[in-house]
Amino acid sequence: MRRILQSRTLACAALLSALTACCAHAGSPDMQEFTQIERGRYLSILSDCAGCHTVPGGRPFSGGRAIETPFGNIVSPNVTPDLETGIGAWSDDQFDAAVRKGIGRTGAHLYPAMPYTAYTRLSRDDVMAIRAYLSSLEPVRSSRNANTLPFPFNIRSAMIVWNALYFTAGDYKPDPTKSAEWNRGKFIVDGPAHCGACHTPKTLLGGDRTDQYLQGANLQGWSAPDITNSRRTGLGSWTAEDVALYLKTGHNRTSAATGPMAEAVELSTSRMRDEDTKAIATYLKSLPGKTDEAAPAQVDANVMAAGGAIYRDQCSACHGIEGKGVPHLFPALAESTMVRSNDPTTAIRIVLRGARSVGTKAEPTAPGMPSYGWQLDDGQIAAVLSYVRNSWGGASAPIDAKDVTRVRSDTALRND
Amino acid sequence: MPRRLPRKDVVIVGFGWTGAIIANELTDEGLEVIAFERGPWRDAPTDFPPGYMQDELRYRIRHELFLRPDQLTFTFRNTMGQTALPIRSWGAFMPPNGVGGGGVHWNAEMWRFLPSDFVLKTHLTERYGAAFLPPDMTIQDWGITYDELEPHYDRFEYLCGTSGTAGNLRGKIMDGGNPFEGPRSRPYPTPAQAQPFSHTLFGKAARELGYKPFPQPSGNLSQAYTNPLGLRMGPCTYCGFCEWFGCGNYSKATPQTTILPHLIRKSNFSLRDNSEVVRINVDRSGKRATGVTFVDSSGEEWEQQADLVILSAYTMFNVQLLLHSQIGQPYDPVTNTGVVGRNYTHQTISSVNGFFDNKKFNFNPFIGSGSIGMCIDEFNGDNFDHGPHGFVGGGYVGQVQTGGRPIESTLVPPGTPAWGAEWKKAVKDNYLSTVKPGTGVHGSFYAYRDIYLDLDPVYKDRFGRPLMRITMDLKDNEIKQNKFLTDKFAEIIKAMGAEKLAVQYRTAPYDITTYQTTHLNGGAIMGSDPKTSVLNKYLQSWDVPNLFVMGASAFPQNAGYNPTLTVGALAYWSAAAIRNQYLKNPGRLVDA
Repeated sequence: MRRILQSRTLACAALLSALTACCAHAGSPDMQEFTQIERGRYLSILSDCAGCHTVPGGRPFSGGRAIETPFGNIVSPNVTPDLETGIGAWSDDQFDAAVRKGIGRTGAHLYPAMPYTAYTRLSRDDVMAIRAYLSSLEPVRSSRNANTLPFPFNIRSAMIVWNALYFTAGDYKPDPTKSAEWNRGKFIVDGPAHCGACHTPKTLLGGDRTDQYLQGANLQGWSAPDITNSRRTGLGSWTAEDVALYLKTGHNRTSAATGPMAEAVELSTSRMRDEDTKAIATYLKSLPGKTDEAAPAQVDANVMAAGGAIYRDQCSACHGIEGKGVPHLFPALAESTMVRSNDPTTAIRIVLRGARSVGTKAEPTAPGMPSYGWQLDDGQIAAVLSYVRNSWGGASAPIDAKDVTRVRSDTALRND
Repeated sequence: MPRRLPRKDVVIVGFGWTGAIIANELTDEGLEVIAFERGPWRDAPTDFPPGYMQDELRYRIRHELFLRPDQLTFTFRNTMGQTALPIRSWGAFMPPNGVGGGGVHWNAEMWRFLPSDFVLKTHLTERYGAAFLPPDMTIQDWGITYDELEPHYDRFEYLCGTSGTAGNLRGKIMDGGNPFEGPRSRPYPTPAQAQPFSHTLFGKAARELGYKPFPQPSGNLSQAYTNPLGLRMGPCTYCGFCEWFGCGNYSKATPQTTILPHLIRKSNFSLRDNSEVVRINVDRSGKRATGVTFVDSSGEEWEQQADLVILSAYTMFNVQLLLHSQIGQPYDPVTNTGVVGRNYTHQTISSVNGFFDNKKFNFNPFIGSGSIGMCIDEFNGDNFDHGPHGFVGGGYVGQVQTGGRPIESTLVPPGTPAWGAEWKKAVKDNYLSTVKPGTGVHGSFYAYRDIYLDLDPVYKDRFGRPLMRITMDLKDNEIKQNKFLTDKFAEIIKAMGAEKLAVQYRTAPYDITTYQTTHLNGGAIMGSDPKTSVLNKYLQSWDVPNLFVMGASAFPQNAGYNPTLTVGALAYWSAAAIRNQYLKNPGRLVDA
């Protein structure tokens, strides 16, 4: 009898110590609890973790993808729970500091290619849920290649200064004067979805130009469009339903996602819940953006004539003589803010190199635009773009052949 | 010993229309499906971009989208007494190649066969007596009825977004459509294409002659369409580069525009391109297929095992694979025994070009689409009394303006010199004012005892296997039929106001060097008797019940219509039988 009691005591002690070890923080939720993992999975979709932490076609979340920045390439780490090459051995505090404060496991500063400046809007509970989800994945053994940042950008401690300039830590604080939907939208846009990473212009040091919040930026050989409600260059002519449908399906009545946004739609926005894509739409539609209306540009009549002829020959079969396209299939150039954008990089790039729209479950067709770079010279591409920018009621500065030459050379060695 | 890939539930051989349909149906059933395609992967925006697709030299003259005869060809002879020789450049037909198969380069003419076409032997014998048929004619009933196939016709039409005007809606004859068609359960999914001038003129002339013209049903769409798989198609732009060409405008129904973007998202589907299946493997009993052997582009031989084998290559390659795999008894015309290679048929095609006064008529021939057309069906199948005419069969005739491409649209009136200044002047004078109906007379081609496919005794392919031999000629019945149809067609072209006609009848001997259509049929036909057919009514092999053979190779004879809609409908019909009957109880679906 005594022996049995003893062994029971031993067993209880063992159990107790195990409980203590796994619940280092009193009150922390169970890492293996379904609700927690599921919440983390969804937050990882909102945060598009897979976009950077997976090489296209590679094993999910095993890192190794080179993220191009103006300062050099930054290679994403393995975030599967592998003990040696992943984050399996990280403590919760270390993981939280990396995601929300940009401080790595060793205490070194991360570069803001990891959008901790946005993820800081998440709560610690959110981050722990993401951790729980990542911990449920199969560990992948995969070491990452070194970053290719030149001096002085390779000095991580420089980030202390950068953070002082550009980083405001802290959870999302709802605006009580706005609706719950608006607040949810703002939280997703500024927090997990880190829309500003591409759509807000950056300073020379790579910090957000907050005065031009979400008004469009140029990165990685693309111009990310203005996603405020600006009439001329932003989402002003889209309804909130258009915005939500674009995020959900990659297509709507006037437009289709290509380039980096195609990936964001595929991995993130198309997998979001309908109420979240609607919340994003509501929030973006509430941003006034810039109010400038570009003065009608004077375009040389010869350029318009030449551009119009090229348009009829090469473009009208899909986009239509009137630039109306086919809803959900061929973009309506007459209503395209990408076409009218102050930064024509993406428009030029798509004509030069073609583009494939994203295929989603709801819109699997994924139509493509062929490349015309082999067929049209820089002057001809400038003319046809000047024509579409200034037809069907549009008025935007004409494109110069030199702009096309610049994009041609800048994109020559890039992947599409 | 070939290397083995992991076993699958289903292996599909050849990845055109029927392969894509079956793959989509059986992956919906939850099966693991792998498809093999001898040619390359092809996709609409990357392989058929509007920027360079309109290249007649590349695609029409140099056959870019087709199989190279050095990879595989056939031998040909007209009659059994001759020695067959290899075809070294494609002529009478174009063997397709690559993902999408013939569904890439076709015109997308979407005809249903007549109800009487499926019971042809019975119907003609009852109406005219057995003695009315030529003694060597071997036509058969299909073993399936129009009513059985109707829901599957409907399904394929709605997959493709077909543009047309219904002529018989659930038994009610509708104005403006084909009054001779079998009853359809629904109208076409999209309205008929707008017709160019020569077509409306043909319609007017035909009406004045007492016919009932109607727009040809078309897989070049009149308007934007979303198909049942959620795929989007755009309206046809009448670019005039359709037949021989892929469509980068998403306006021609192809596997690429109607199935593949949906199919390739499924995790239980995979495809190997540039992989040629050389044999269907069977077990020792010879009654069960175990999978296929294929060769990759490095010449490596592989084996793919599967529980179910679907043969969905082009007519010729289906028959050839059966012969090389020794499945089914080869046909012997001398003893009239065996089945594989039997009832091989083509299409009886001719045309009439009309030359009009260029001061009064401008047809803008470059406005075209693959299947836009105005047709009449009074002389198809058994829509008229053949008694006085001494032949059976028929076809539709119509003005089908597919385009005015530069190389092959230089038509000149009869009597013009073949070259020099006068020829050039005649080309210029006539380009805009000529009616050039392409395959304006589209006649049936019935089966005969001595027209068949077998293995050549002399010539071999690159793997050392015998080439398949075509023995094919035109018989009096088809020649009479064509003369009758062509004359009727010429009357209408004349009534349109043509000043001169160039009438081209189809004549014997059958010519393997000039293009007719790619509508080759038979050789692995369906039926209700294993002694005279390779397949039962569900396209299931009588001999090897886990082998199904799709395609026009199953046609016992050819009707006076383009075959693809019937090919697609049969694939859906067969897929339904596999899903609803075979998978529940694998084995013969029909007792014989």
